[in-house]
Amino acid sequence: MILGSFFNTQKNNQKKENDGVISLKGLSKVYDTGKVKVEALRGVDLAVYSGEMVAITGPSGSGKSTLMNLIGCLDTATSGSYLLRGEEVSGMSREALASIRNRRVGFIFQSFNLLPQISAFENVEMPLIFGGMPKKNRKERVMDLLERVGLSERMDHKPTELSGGQMQRVAIARALAMDPDIILADEPTGNLDTGAGGDIMNLFIELWEQGRTILVITHDPALAKRAPRQVEIRDGNITEDIRRN
Amino acid sequence: MLSIIRQLIRDTKSQKLRTFLTLFGMIWGTTAVSLLLAFGEGFHQQLAKESAGIGNGVVIGWPSRTSMPYDGLNKGRYILVDDEDIGLIRKKALGLSYISSEYQTQYKLHYKTKILAVGVTGIEPEYGEIRNLIPQEGGRFINHLDLQMKRRVLFMGDELAEQVFGNVSPVGQTINLHGSPFLVVGVMKKKQQNSNYNGSDKGKVFIPATTLKMMTGQKFVSNLVFAADNVRDTGALIKDVRHIMAARHRFSPDDEEAIGFWDTSENAKFINTLMLAFRIFLGGIGCLTMVVGGIGISNIMSVVVEERTREIGIKLALGAKPGSIMVQFLFETLALSIAGGIIGIIITFLICMTFPALNLSDTVGDPRLSPISAAATAAVLGLISFISGYFPARTAANLDPVIAMKM
Ligand SMILES: Nc1ncnc2c1ncn2[C@@H]1O[C@H](COP(=O)(O)OP(=O)(O)OP(=O)(O)O)[C@@H](O)[C@H]1O
Ligand SMILES: [Mg+2]
Repeated sequence: MILGSFFNTQKNNQKKENDGVISLKGLSKVYDTGKVKVEALRGVDLAVYSGEMVAITGPSGSGKSTLMNLIGCLDTATSGSYLLRGEEVSGMSREALASIRNRRVGFIFQSFNLLPQISAFENVEMPLIFGGMPKKNRKERVMDLLERVGLSERMDHKPTELSGGQMQRVAIARALAMDPDIILADEPTGNLDTGAGGDIMNLFIELWEQGRTILVITHDPALAKRAPRQVEIRDGNITEDIRRN
Repeated sequence: MLSIIRQLIRDTKSQKLRTFLTLFGMIWGTTAVSLLLAFGEGFHQQLAKESAGIGNGVVIGWPSRTSMPYDGLNKGRYILVDDEDIGLIRKKALGLSYISSEYQTQYKLHYKTKILAVGVTGIEPEYGEIRNLIPQEGGRFINHLDLQMKRRVLFMGDELAEQVFGNVSPVGQTINLHGSPFLVVGVMKKKQQNSNYNGSDKGKVFIPATTLKMMTGQKFVSNLVFAADNVRDTGALIKDVRHIMAARHRFSPDDEEAIGFWDTSENAKFINTLMLAFRIFLGGIGCLTMVVGGIGISNIMSVVVEERTREIGIKLALGAKPGSIMVQFLFETLALSIAGGIIGIIITFLICMTFPALNLSDTVGDPRLSPISAAATAAVLGLISFISGYFPARTAANLDPVIAMKM
């Protein structure tokens, strides 16, 4: 936790220096499927500061996932600018983007996206392998992460032997592995019942309280209300941006 | 590295039949290429041995009849060559290394209770050099003194020696030839000889030309045997010899039948070219087989990439480098084909090792896998598997993580 607060203060300092962790200006995305062009995002401006927790809401097909994928460097924008910690991301090579995904972004998906053949431990270990962490350091790190999401006992279980909520906890541990600048979650509770979904949301709030920057897409208004900031997207535009205290 | 190997095992398990077929294709291809190269090499060496058997680049000339009128003389005239002619050629022909007259007859050979009819060849000492008649240890070939003194000495083929003497050492023994006692001075070292005229050297008896002439009263040679300094100049040497003989015996220098010439180096050259074409042809077939194996590998890897699209998408999303995904798949392809290649080379080796037991060595030679052949096979194998692995690997590396994860 000493380490956690260290990161915390560092992130708060950065907040003053830069515009924010994430700074989007006129970001747009056009999917060109050959016959039709779909304008999924139409010039989005958004700034997210360090330590913020943002719930992203909006009707189906409004462009939430598209925005999330751009922020997570899984995809590249058609036009506009994206600064991640002051660094321009658009125009980077595939290799450079892979490196950013590994070190600076922790992604959590609705369908968990765990590898079914390997254990919970090995799933959490994957980003560390890609990041080049030596084997002996990895073990300790993975144990620590699994303990944080309350799954130490299940580390040797395969994803198929876990419940939905447990799988999502493994995914969260995996997202935290490289200690990223931002945590992105695309409908993390979408495949869970209310109880498990609430637990996951509690976990996010806990992480936010520890100083993490978190963006969560959700359809559930009750869950969205628990986030201190709520951004609504409609038809590729941000239509509402509310901060609560 | 370890995880890559584990992944490979997992992939091959899920694709058992395909892996087996592909591996089989690669084994087949490698075996085909390397075995063909090995046989080609063995055959070539056999050929070299044989041409050394009759002598390297030997020319055999046999006096015959003119085939065209010349200088007011009729065609169909017999040309008779004697020792003086041989001497003239020895003095005048350009690029000649050795020449020897050769007289032939058939005699009865007596030794103790054995009686055999043998081909007897009267020769000069040079004959041994030209025709590659090397004495076994303890013996010697006919020498100049034998020739001068018309000695009754003989040099005999190894097979005949065994037939006559069995276990007794022949050198120093006396045998009867046409009623005259002859001293055995040498036995020929065993050699490969597939081409011959008037029988193989291993069953013949060689005596000084002068001795034979004295016994039979022959004046004219049966054959002239000679060789060029440089095998490549054999053709020119033959022309020169024909000119010298034409001037002396008054036949047309263009008359190719007055004295027939058999250029054995011509034979070897022809067979060499044929062999080369043969090897290229067989090598090509082998390479094609490998290409088919390569297509199989490419196919299996494409299926693996397709099956693992989601996994690749997840790995890319977690920050795996596209380059390392590419390396992983390339490695899997290479491992698969190298495994096939190694098995193929081992099979070839085993065949090379067991082949001599089939007793076909005298006709086709023993297959031999030289390092160069092995390296050539490996190079072709490596190239083909790299190409066949490259495209599926690139497909994997270029996957869009968002789309791939939805698979
Ligand atoms: N790969 C793609 N190719 C073409 N069109 C796409 C692609 N991905 C998304 N779209 C389109 O872009 C628009 C925005 O999609 P997006 O997935 O961002 O919506 P969303 O807000 O996440 O919806 P949901 O709440 O249903 O997940 C939609 O109209 C969708 O059809
Ligand atoms: Mg979505």
